[in-house]
Amino acid sequence: MVDNNTPVTEDELHVYVDGELPADRCEAVEVWLSNHPDDAARVAAWRAQAEAIRARYGGVVDEPVPDRLTLQRITRKQRSWGTVAAAAAVAAFLVGGIAGWMARGASAAAPGEVGLFTAEALGAHRLYIGEVRHPIEVKAGEKHLLPWLSRRVGTTLRAPDLGAFDLKLLGGRLLPGVNGPAALFMYESASGERFTIYCSRLNAPRSAFRYDSNNNFGAVHWIEGGYGWVVSGPMDKPRLKSIANAAYDQIESRTSPTTRSEADQLISRRGS
Amino acid sequence: MSTFHQDIEATIPALRRYARALTRDAEIADDLVQDALVRALRSEHLFHGGDVRSWLYTIMTNLNRNRLRSLARRPVMTPIDDNDAPDAAGPEAGGRDIERALALLVDEQRTALLLVVLEGLTYREVAEVQGVPIGTVMSRLARARVQIKAYLDGERPALRRIK
Repeated sequence: MVDNNTPVTEDELHVYVDGELPADRCEAVEVWLSNHPDDAARVAAWRAQAEAIRARYGGVVDEPVPDRLTLQRITRKQRSWGTVAAAAAVAAFLVGGIAGWMARGASAAAPGEVGLFTAEALGAHRLYIGEVRHPIEVKAGEKHLLPWLSRRVGTTLRAPDLGAFDLKLLGGRLLPGVNGPAALFMYESASGERFTIYCSRLNAPRSAFRYDSNNNFGAVHWIEGGYGWVVSGPMDKPRLKSIANAAYDQIESRTSPTTRSEADQLISRRGS
Repeated sequence: MSTFHQDIEATIPALRRYARALTRDAEIADDLVQDALVRALRSEHLFHGGDVRSWLYTIMTNLNRNRLRSLARRPVMTPIDDNDAPDAAGPEAGGRDIERALALLVDEQRTALLLVVLEGLTYREVAEVQGVPIGTVMSRLARARVQIKAYLDGERPALRRIK
């Protein structure tokens, strides 16, 4: 039961302005406003804001919808992209539709340097795997790809060969990272699945493999010699783990099976 | 045409309005709408019922956030008109002021305010679109309103004329 003598809170004033206050409380708020000119002025100002917003943008609904935004046009375009785009399309949906959820998870995690770093890597992953036409900046075939990215990032970079996983290097791009330039390599499978490897300077102690997953994306990251690496892809932990192992071995030039199994142990210990 | 498509089609004008207010740029706004529609259509099979309209608002909100994030990586630009001569009075002057006031808001606050006052979503719907509790939506609204008021009161005295 609502007591009409209860003082009106600021929250209630908003609820009142937005028309969500139960009718039996509205009257009490109106009485309150007639006795509290400051609150009445605020309410009036909020209403004026809403009206100004509606006056400024409300008319857009009456404008004719441009051709490019008709469903007919959009569905036609989609069909012409063919089936190859199907996998990318799913990825694109994840970018658009699920990003909110993911961002929620990400922001819930303690920020910190490493958290920020992996969030950047996942952000880049999400952003660029959705690109149908321009997923990369420089193609894999171009000789200057690695020298250029190495020079900008400040360490000798290798783009690991992931052919064993049916992944082909598309190319790479340079990105601004939290601690300076970052490199992003993108790989694609025959079915259009995309994985990325992200690298940038990271002032954090050496760390073993860590697995993070956010709904539909997973990432394995590690820190070695002042640089952080993040391998991102579809949320498939065993697969990402093996890819990260192979990448790590090639990047750090450690091909001994010992390292691999050590990494295996680390990931199974820390990655759940 | 399926109901799903009809529902989407019927929402396009409102999506354009929301996008225009979010971006305050007609071209960017329509790009955003196009992106949202493409994504919605491609993922029809992933839509498991519910309110198509809310779902589209969610996609659009997320796309816009991604867009702002990529902008945020660039140096911060200050609006050049800060030091410009004041706008001429007229019907448009008020519109531009509310536009600038909106531009100053943090994205989450602007989104919450626009969904409520422009798109007429309930607090509960906005909470779902933004993926936060209702209390968070309310505090975003409150902060948005305080900031807009401060901007309009303080820096734009001419604005008091708007009703």
